[in-house]
Amino acid sequence: MQLKRKDILGLQDMTAEEIGLILDTAESYKEILSRPVKKVPILRGKSICTLFYENSTRTRCSFELAAKIMSADTTSVSVSGSSIQKGESFKDTLLTLEAMGMDLFVIRHSASGAPHFAARVVKSGVVNAGDGMHEHPTQGLLDMLTIRENKGRIEGLKVLIVGDIMHSRVARSNLWGLSKMGAEVRICGPATLLPVGVDKLPVKTYTDLDEAIDGVDVVNVLRIQLERMDRGFFPSIREYSKFYGVSKTRLKRAKPDVLVMHPGPMNRGIEITPEVADGEFAVITDQVTNGVAVRMALLYLLLGGGGSVVSA
Amino acid sequence: MSVTRVMDEEEIRRALIRIAHEIIERNKGAQNLVVIGVQSRGVPMAKRLAKLISEIEGVEVPMGSLNVALYRDDFATRSARTISASDIPFDVTNKTVILVDEVLFTGRTTRAALDAIMDLGRPAVIQLAVLVDRGHRELPIRADYVGKNLPTSKKERVDVHWVETKGEDAVMIAK
Repeated sequence: MQLKRKDILGLQDMTAEEIGLILDTAESYKEILSRPVKKVPILRGKSICTLFYENSTRTRCSFELAAKIMSADTTSVSVSGSSIQKGESFKDTLLTLEAMGMDLFVIRHSASGAPHFAARVVKSGVVNAGDGMHEHPTQGLLDMLTIRENKGRIEGLKVLIVGDIMHSRVARSNLWGLSKMGAEVRICGPATLLPVGVDKLPVKTYTDLDEAIDGVDVVNVLRIQLERMDRGFFPSIREYSKFYGVSKTRLKRAKPDVLVMHPGPMNRGIEITPEVADGEFAVITDQVTNGVAVRMALLYLLLGGGGSVVSA
Repeated sequence: MSVTRVMDEEEIRRALIRIAHEIIERNKGAQNLVVIGVQSRGVPMAKRLAKLISEIEGVEVPMGSLNVALYRDDFATRSARTISASDIPFDVTNKTVILVDEVLFTGRTTRAALDAIMDLGRPAVIQLAVLVDRGHRELPIRADYVGKNLPTSKKERVDVHWVETKGEDAVMIAK
């Protein structure tokens, strides 16, 4: 099977088969990451541009590293230090970079739907690296790869996503992806941090964490996004931590072999206690490693079919 | 389409036994040997050769399988196939690597396999064993061990069936 699309914009519009193909491909690339020479020649001559309108450490590094391992060339553009600060529009920025011969854009933007707009503007492929409060598909995929690797499957598992669901694109990509792959998805957070229209999502909704965590196979802890909290969504950090912080005691209610995940960056002591973050159930660094493998797989599958022949 | 059977189970068995002996003779034993099959078609043959050499010499010969998809030169013109990771559970550095594939044709897969192995380490020697050499090379590559030389036209197709995957051992030419 082949991935017959130009762009990866979100998991909501992808099929279970497509997600399965990406996860299988990513799994097979993990071996490359453990080699002494982490380099394969397959994407020689391809140019990949990371265009980030928001800050990022792990996503940007992960994409760039994935591209470099596959021998593609990367160019990174951020708002500060570029002509975006002189007022160049998003569209003109894209067209300028495309005219230089970019084969693929990796875009992060604070506006939901910005990568979708970009995908219509440019002929090159677009990968959404996080758009506003909408989706972060590669994070969803790497979370699913981590779950599948540790549990051997996704179907039939109970996965709890806890925290600031409303502002979280990670939560959205996870719940769409996981439900397509046959998992039971639960979301839990204070009522003020649950999105509008939650009843239309393929999830079970909870406001009591002790009830939500009961018997789950996976707990995915979200970061409290203090930078998006312009008004009081909860009375105090301390109160949030007391009711929604994932602690060792709370974790006892989950399955004995529960996985604890966090997309990072962590607020230790707020949404997750340090002993859980560093504890035996945490697979947080595995997630980061899997992120590189998932992005390698996506670059391969998107830049694969058609296009110019890479000469021997 | 007409199909001609050019090797049967017995002929394949004898060819593999002969190749196993040739490998041992050329390398003066099997102490430093490792066998690597090119995925997916070269793997059943690599398994059998490793087993035969182990039986004849009484030493365990390590066997691995190699995915060359990321090293191909025709990646953009073929569809990405279902992929399984390379499985090489040993270090190739300073080893005598017996690279195994079923059919040697243009030599492009072998070129990709050589590059893939070089990225894993620095073998002392790489030798190539194939069941069928059908000619029409596009690169300066030759096999060290050949089961059968089979003159073909470029339009014909050579299919190797293995018990493991197709339920029988046979080599066919389809035209």
